[in-house]
Amino acid sequence: MQPLLSVKDLRIHFHTRNGLVRAVDGISYDVHAGKTTAIIGESGSGKSVACYGLLGLIPKPPGKVEGGTADFGGKDLLQLSEAELRKIRGRGISIIFQDPMTSLNPYLRIGDQMIEPLQLHFGMKKAEAWKRATAVLEEVGIRDADRRMNSYPFEFSGGMRQRVVIAMALITEPEIIIADEPTTALDVTVQAQILKLIAELQRNHNIGVIFISHDLSVISDIADDICVMKNGEIVEQGSRQQIFEQAQHPYTKKLLDAVPDTHKDIVENNDSEFLVVENLCTHFSSSRRAPVVKAVDNVSFKIKRREIVGLVGESGSGKSTIGRSILRLVDPTSGSVKIEGTETTALGYRDLKMLRRHMQMIFQDPYASLNPRMSVYDTLAEPLLLHKIATRKTLDSAVFELMDSVELARESVLRYPHEFSGGQRQRIAIGRAIATKPKFIVADEPVSALDVTIQAQILDLLLELVDRYELTMLFISHDLAVVRYIADRILVMCQGELVESGHSDQVFDNPQHPYTQTLLKSVPGKYLHDEIAAG
Amino acid sequence: MFKFLGLRLLQAIPVLLVVITVTFFLVRAAPGGPFDDEKAVSPQVKAALEAQYNLDQPMHQQFFSYLIGLVQGDMGPSFKYPGRSVDELIFQGFPVTAELGLYALLFAVALGVLAGVFASLRPNTKQDYIPMSAAMVGICMPSFLLGPILVLVFGLWFDVLPVSGWGNSPGDKILPSLTLGSTYAAYIARLSRSGMLEILSQDYLRTARAKGLPEHTVIIKHALRGGLAPVIAFLGPAFAGLLSGSFVVETIFQIPGLGRFYVQAAFNRDYTMILGTTVFLSTLIVFFNLLSDVLAAWLNPRLRYQFK
Amino acid sequence: MTTAISEIDPQELPKGVSLWQDAWHRLRRNKLAMIGACYLIAVIIMALLTPWIAPYAYDAQDLRLGATPPSAAHWLGTDLFGRDLLSRIMYGGRISLLVGFIATAVALVIGVTYGAIAGYVGGRVDAIMMRLVDILYALPFMIFIILLMVVFGRNLLLMFLAIGVVEWLTMARIVRGQVQSLRQQEFVEAAISIGLSPARIIWKHLIPNALGPVIVYTTLTIPSVMLLEAFLSFLGLGIQPPQSSWGLLISHGVETMEEYPWLLIFPGLALTMTLFALNFLGDGLRDALDPRVSKD
Repeated sequence: MQPLLSVKDLRIHFHTRNGLVRAVDGISYDVHAGKTTAIIGESGSGKSVACYGLLGLIPKPPGKVEGGTADFGGKDLLQLSEAELRKIRGRGISIIFQDPMTSLNPYLRIGDQMIEPLQLHFGMKKAEAWKRATAVLEEVGIRDADRRMNSYPFEFSGGMRQRVVIAMALITEPEIIIADEPTTALDVTVQAQILKLIAELQRNHNIGVIFISHDLSVISDIADDICVMKNGEIVEQGSRQQIFEQAQHPYTKKLLDAVPDTHKDIVENNDSEFLVVENLCTHFSSSRRAPVVKAVDNVSFKIKRREIVGLVGESGSGKSTIGRSILRLVDPTSGSVKIEGTETTALGYRDLKMLRRHMQMIFQDPYASLNPRMSVYDTLAEPLLLHKIATRKTLDSAVFELMDSVELARESVLRYPHEFSGGQRQRIAIGRAIATKPKFIVADEPVSALDVTIQAQILDLLLELVDRYELTMLFISHDLAVVRYIADRILVMCQGELVESGHSDQVFDNPQHPYTQTLLKSVPGKYLHDEIAAG
Repeated sequence: MFKFLGLRLLQAIPVLLVVITVTFFLVRAAPGGPFDDEKAVSPQVKAALEAQYNLDQPMHQQFFSYLIGLVQGDMGPSFKYPGRSVDELIFQGFPVTAELGLYALLFAVALGVLAGVFASLRPNTKQDYIPMSAAMVGICMPSFLLGPILVLVFGLWFDVLPVSGWGNSPGDKILPSLTLGSTYAAYIARLSRSGMLEILSQDYLRTARAKGLPEHTVIIKHALRGGLAPVIAFLGPAFAGLLSGSFVVETIFQIPGLGRFYVQAAFNRDYTMILGTTVFLSTLIVFFNLLSDVLAAWLNPRLRYQFK
Repeated sequence: MTTAISEIDPQELPKGVSLWQDAWHRLRRNKLAMIGACYLIAVIIMALLTPWIAPYAYDAQDLRLGATPPSAAHWLGTDLFGRDLLSRIMYGGRISLLVGFIATAVALVIGVTYGAIAGYVGGRVDAIMMRLVDILYALPFMIFIILLMVVFGRNLLLMFLAIGVVEWLTMARIVRGQVQSLRQQEFVEAAISIGLSPARIIWKHLIPNALGPVIVYTTLTIPSVMLLEAFLSFLGLGIQPPQSSWGLLISHGVETMEEYPWLLIFPGLALTMTLFALNFLGDGLRDALDPRVSKD
């Protein structure tokens, strides 16, 4: 069958002040009607440039198309003038962008934004275009579309905005849609809905989709063909079956291995209770008149010594607030938190400082959790000196030991955070957390800002440290696969309340609460896990 | 929206009260009365004069009668121009100042926005550097220096434009308006450039381009609104600056406007005139700040929504 | 893993590049900013040494001489009273710079303290403090300064205070915004969870990170303050003769610019060049300290 789009030997380079970057270096792929071609790669692999470059949507300069062809309906996209390309953008090829929060113009009503392509490409009158846009809005599942056409983007939730973006891409009935990480910014249940919607629309309108993602599980559910990109090149490409069953290239294998599938052996616990949380409530109100937000509402649970407990929930479920309340980074409104029998909610400053030595936190964003003006040495030395774990004399060796235990090169001790990659930064942050030899760590989404292969390394490092230092850990995450990989027991949060808890297997294989069931159904990667289960 | 407007108006009232009170007592606390340097004034005449202007009453009483007068639109008689009231002088001078300010503002906004948007479209190229260097000159060249230089060049050396007066000869409004507006044109150019640069990097512009919109539509329809928000917010302070700037410009070009009256009143210690003009200009400035706030809020759908 | 500590010589460790060093490198590449900085240093040194290096006293009159164009004896000419213009510009520069620096220092002290408290304490205190700033913003300060000058006479000290009191508002807003956004950063939470005291958190974690914008704004406040002084002096409400400041010299120059243009041109140049230098340095610092610029 004739492909809709056939890209051959595409090369796009960026001529930056720091030298030449070969963002896309000789890649070829086809897109067929009604099929999905997925491009998977980690950040900086050039996967987005490989698509935007076709439509002339990369900044030029510094970007430049150095060679190749892109045959779309008999025309070579790379040879077209800007004016000719404009006729294809939004008409022949549309794009769904990653972040629905920023990809809609906040100053214009969504109706006005939606009718633009119709007026532009078909010369429709405003009233006619408005009617058509309302119909498409309905088709993507927005209720009360008539009225919603007059709304501004901020009046929609993230998932709804992405539906609007999809409607806008679809409105001209393009032959190809480029979906650039369309679900990465969304919660898992919303992600499932959006993926389903895209698949439906693709089937109904016979559209070819280029699906760009870093997430192998998502890709495994929806792709027909897969291209694996690394450093501007496609290292491996083939049908979904070929990639998942007979991966040849070491990088593809590494990606596949990085997907957490098996979970660790459950430690046979002693029965000593380490942390007891009872009826914990943390409420916020921004002002006296504003309604109270019950971020955490009447939550009770226990954690045993040396246990890793996963705390799962979607954004806004209050899972982070629980972690911060336990560590007294926010003050709980009511309830009790006991660590080894000590009630922490009532501690004064001095006692709290003593206790802080034994409980630490690892944060989500390694770019924000390190002081940009302190070197690794200063960052790691701070807790050591504060809690008098090292003296001035032994400080150097203590810092080096810490760096060894989180596998950071000793040579980089004097460097500053901005000189490290995301994964290395997270190692520094972990080093800081274990510096005081704590008994308890709250890890708040410690790997969700990292590339998938790095995620696996950091998770393994955490497991190793838990083992070596006999840590107890509360592991907070929205990513069920990651939690299943690392946790012994799982707590599920929804809208400030704890809806389910139990051993990992029990929760995953036999969820009781309807919310947990929806959550698990939404997890992408059915194909992938079935493959792995099959051997 | 009305709620927002009402809230802002309510806030303006205490501000104005503070302005009036502080000004009143400052002026009254000043050493030396208005009739001190009149040589041949006998004590009797002085007392009579003071009685005429209510200066013999206790301070608080003076203040309240002034407030009452103010509400009725009466700012009292001028000390230096016997027989003329402050209101008269203000309403004689203000139309001139207002016209000057309006031309200067129009010039500043038109040139500033054009230059700023133009520069932002190709950052770090000649198209950026040239207008921005000009803006830097505008910022570093105060009106009291630019004015005389323009007079020297266009008035005296080339003799193409009149250099004094207002509305007496054709073209005599050009130089004062340019002089007064230039600094604000420069600020507006810088503000619109940085505002546009910020918006131009937003994802939603990429969305607009991906729809196939031509570049000018992308800029005009999608970028300008957000990009010029800082300029809108600057209009209030700019207006205040234009009014005080008119003091200098009206002096240089000998324009019979409020600014020149004010400076003269300051030298003559014409206290009722100083008081009246300060209160008048302050009220104007407070309301212009209010107006630019409201305009900025109205252009931002999110703020508009909050106050629906 | 097992390298003994003694085997690593601290001298050989590669030094990291701190953000300050990074900014300094960027600033050094910015030619305009560096020229501005050098020019400013020269002007400041000249202002400090003026009493010793000025060719004449600022008030030494020679009425027989009158206004003369630049000559070997008087490099920049003389004014109507036969006073040496170069000396008067040098002495005037002392006043103009002094006003610039002191008023900015006043603004800095008030603004940073106020902004930092509002930002750090937050909540209702912050709301009230910032409401007050909003209200003050609405006041017509320029008119007030003129009023003060009229009422209390042309007092240099008063002028410092009056100008400083106007300029602190923006500084307070900037610092408050910085502190507030930094407080929400995870590294400050991390510092709290380690158990650091609030004083140490402010000193080690907040101030170094909030410093950049403060430096930039300070550099940009100085020229606007100097302009304000020149403006007042031009109107005859600032410095009084026989003392001189650049604004006053320009105002005198304007009166006689037809006959003796150098009396306008040289003081005008002195003021504009210094303003240029300060603004270029300020812009350069902004570019150098703004991490968003460093990404390309």
